[in-house]
Amino acid sequence: MMILTVAGKKKNYPERLTLPALIEQEAVENPDYVTVTINDAFVERGDFAQTILKDGDTVEFLYFMGGGTV
Amino acid sequence: MPFTNEQLERYSRHIILKEVGIKGQKKLLNAKVLIIGAGGLGAPAALYLAAAGVGTIGIADADEVDLSNLQRQVIHTTADLGKAKVKSAAETMTAINPDVKVNTYRTFVTSQNIMNLIAGYDFILDGTDNFPAKFLINDACVMAKKPFSHAGIIRFRGQLMTYVPGQGPCYRCVFKNPPPKDAVPTCKQAGVIGAMGGVIGSLQAMEAIKYIIGQGKLLTGRLLTYDALKMEFHTIKLPRDEHCAVCSAHPTITKLIDYEQAECDMKK
Ligand SMILES: [Zn+2]
Repeated sequence: MMILTVAGKKKNYPERLTLPALIEQEAVENPDYVTVTINDAFVERGDFAQTILKDGDTVEFLYFMGGGTV
Repeated sequence: MPFTNEQLERYSRHIILKEVGIKGQKKLLNAKVLIIGAGGLGAPAALYLAAAGVGTIGIADADEVDLSNLQRQVIHTTADLGKAKVKSAAETMTAINPDVKVNTYRTFVTSQNIMNLIAGYDFILDGTDNFPAKFLINDACVMAKKPFSHAGIIRFRGQLMTYVPGQGPCYRCVFKNPPPKDAVPTCKQAGVIGAMGGVIGSLQAMEAIKYIIGQGKLLTGRLLTYDALKMEFHTIKLPRDEHCAVCSAHPTITKLIDYEQAECDMKK
């Protein structure tokens, strides 16, 4: 097991978890359009699949949000 | 110009704050803020900025007040149905505070008009509902070196960040390009709690006020998110994208772009 901080919450995750697996596990909405930072650095979409999370990583999901007028 | 007795009284709760004082209130009265979108976010922001005595407030919106707006757009009333939103908003703002000069622009922002619209303003507030407008406002503000507040709301969630030239990432650093039309739902498609506009729009007004009086820490390099169901605020650190298409040293976007609107949100 390893500890990740995901969206501000520390939790246990299995070792060698990939970013796409985390996105699925966290039920990220509209996963094709989410922006991800790991340890305050952007992850390029093309690098998602090869990204393996390490113990202590901080992961954030940033969502498109419209809204306002209409 | 010295304050009148009426102004001293009206702004007394500001003036008593050491972060504002007479000096800060003067700055507010001399400030010019443009609000793009007189809707869920723009309505509460406009009310608070007018009440605060921001001397010149521009408001841009092409729409008329519709019955479905009144659940959240608190600057308009039932009596305003069918009226241009900018007119209805201006009337409420001047009724709250006759010190405020309101400039109304009954138009949607486009690549053609946005540079002229923002030119005379110190701070821009993005209260629009769609990604083409959000990217347009970002790019125009980056190009014109204008600070602005981005915000978005949907369902029970909201977010905002502040861009100040040279002080951190722009909206495009984080979100790169608008999502394809209809890929990400808008408020109209997904719904939103009216009070969400109140929370996030008021935070945008707060950022504008802090910027004007030069106090505190702005949301530059940070995205503040709010989840009403969990009743949690969360701050996400935002890096700058060294290769950002618009705000980097070698931008690839040097002309404003009118992206296509989501079809379901097109006006009939
Ligand atoms: Zn940028």
